Amino acid sequence: MTLELSPLAQDRARYRRSRARRSTAVALVSTVVFAAAVVVGLVNTPGWPRVQATFLDPQDAWDALPSVLAGLWLNIRVLVVAELGILALGLLIALLRTLRGPVFFPVRALAIGYVDLFRGVPLLIALYLIGFGLPALRLQGVPTDVAVLGTITLILVYSAYVSEVFRAGIESVHPSQRAAARSLGLTHRQSLRLVILPQAVRRVLPPLLNDFVALQKDVGLISVLGAVDAIRAAQIQSALLFSFTPYVVAGLLFVLLAIPTGRIADAVAARAARREGA
Amino acid sequence: MPTPLRRLLAATVLAATTVLLAAGCAPAEQPAPAASGACDPAGLPTLTAGTLTIGTDQPVYPPWYLDDDPTSGRGFESAVAYAIADRLGYAREAVTWVRVPFNAAIAPGPKTYDLNLTEFSISDERRQAVDFSSPYYDVAQAVITVEGNAFAGATTIAELKGARLGGQVGTTSYQAIVDQIAPTTAPAVYNTNDDAKLALQNGQVDALVVDLPTAFFITSAELDGGVIVGQLPAGDGVPEQFGAVLDKDSPLTGCVSEAVDALRADGTLDALEQEWLASAGAAPELR
Repeated sequence: MTLELSPLAQDRARYRRSRARRSTAVALVSTVVFAAAVVVGLVNTPGWPRVQATFLDPQDAWDALPSVLAGLWLNIRVLVVAELGILALGLLIALLRTLRGPVFFPVRALAIGYVDLFRGVPLLIALYLIGFGLPALRLQGVPTDVAVLGTITLILVYSAYVSEVFRAGIESVHPSQRAAARSLGLTHRQSLRLVILPQAVRRVLPPLLNDFVALQKDVGLISVLGAVDAIRAAQIQSALLFSFTPYVVAGLLFVLLAIPTGRIADAVAARAARREGA
Repeated sequence: MPTPLRRLLAATVLAATTVLLAAGCAPAEQPAPAASGACDPAGLPTLTAGTLTIGTDQPVYPPWYLDDDPTSGRGFESAVAYAIADRLGYAREAVTWVRVPFNAAIAPGPKTYDLNLTEFSISDERRQAVDFSSPYYDVAQAVITVEGNAFAGATTIAELKGARLGGQVGTTSYQAIVDQIAPTTAPAVYNTNDDAKLALQNGQVDALVVDLPTAFFITSAELDGGVIVGQLPAGDGVPEQFGAVLDKDSPLTGCVSEAVDALRADGTLDALEQEWLASAGAAPELR
């Protein structure tokens, strides 16, 4: 059966619609006025022509784009490989830290020491020590490719952060869940795999994606080892032209790269909320 | 329900913000240039009246500056800077130095220096953004490596195509790799020549490209078993030249260029080259 609205209710709905239209119009006008003020203020500064020529030169941007894009491709490859490594290693360390029983003390201590060390060391210093230090050993089989060394460093440093995120997730699952799983006859491993971890990972997805966005930008730091990523490519173009436009191009590309991640994070959070019945 | 008064208030706030945004960042007063316009401390509109402020990077390297100390007058560019200052009538005490990273040196907006000597190569693209003085040094690029490397004996540019090459970011040395050697492997790019030297010693790259005076210094004083493979011919047949960088349309450019031209004419520049860069020019030319 269809519900026939009373005249009063229809009136109310009409009124609400008209108010909504009006507030949208007001917001639009206000935004336009504000943006116009900013633009007018900016364009009337005495240095604006210089700024425009230095930061917003379309020709420079177009010239720089191919090499910056080629650099960004390296960023993306390193990002994907590093992220997979970080998730695996981070989860492993988190599990080592949550092992129970006195016999596992040395394992727990090692994991704690690892996290303290790699969370504390600045990424740049870690890159220098691993990127220039490992090849200096002249060992057979040690990679000398800077992208590989940089990726290894990123995995080591970031997995320390991510292991703490995983651990927080694991410890946030109520002990009764574990007790219930064990009382059903599941082994420790099975209860982890089937009961604890799915809930834990779901809870910490937003901070995980946050770390992923942070990683997206830190990948550029591997350029100190000699690899040419998007930022470095922009720097090279910038030195060639004495113009900062290539940096603006690289910055915009990074923002474009981060936007999908942000939307995915929102969608995942919304889905998790729905599944939790919130 | 918003009362008319509230609405008036909101509109006022918005309008005030708009006006403030447009007018609040009022143009800064430009310092009036000195009246006389003569090339002397009284007539030059320097940042600080009566003082010449010279910029350079940090760190700076021999043979351009010795011991990372531009104030010593030791090292080619330090000596040239003081010679320019002397020409313009500034005593040694009237010269101050500021350390300016590369990006800040070429940024638009007010400069923190009157002129900057940091091995800046003159190019037409760069002239769009800054002023250059007359050139004070003609530079060649050289390829260096360490003994025992497969490319140490290369005599032609073609032989270097298969090498893993490295250079410092933002330098014409890096451009020379890309334009003249065009290696099959993409060159590695380093923040500083120190990082590049480390990578060369580690065997992460086969050879580096640096300017010739730097090449002599690195191979003789800094690398164990460093060798100069050879120098690259001038790209496009045009010799590369270093010039002092000044702010775009700086009122000082003319005077500084005159000073450099005078130093070239009276043989001062040649003498300083002999003193600080004497070993340059003895490297074999790569064909």
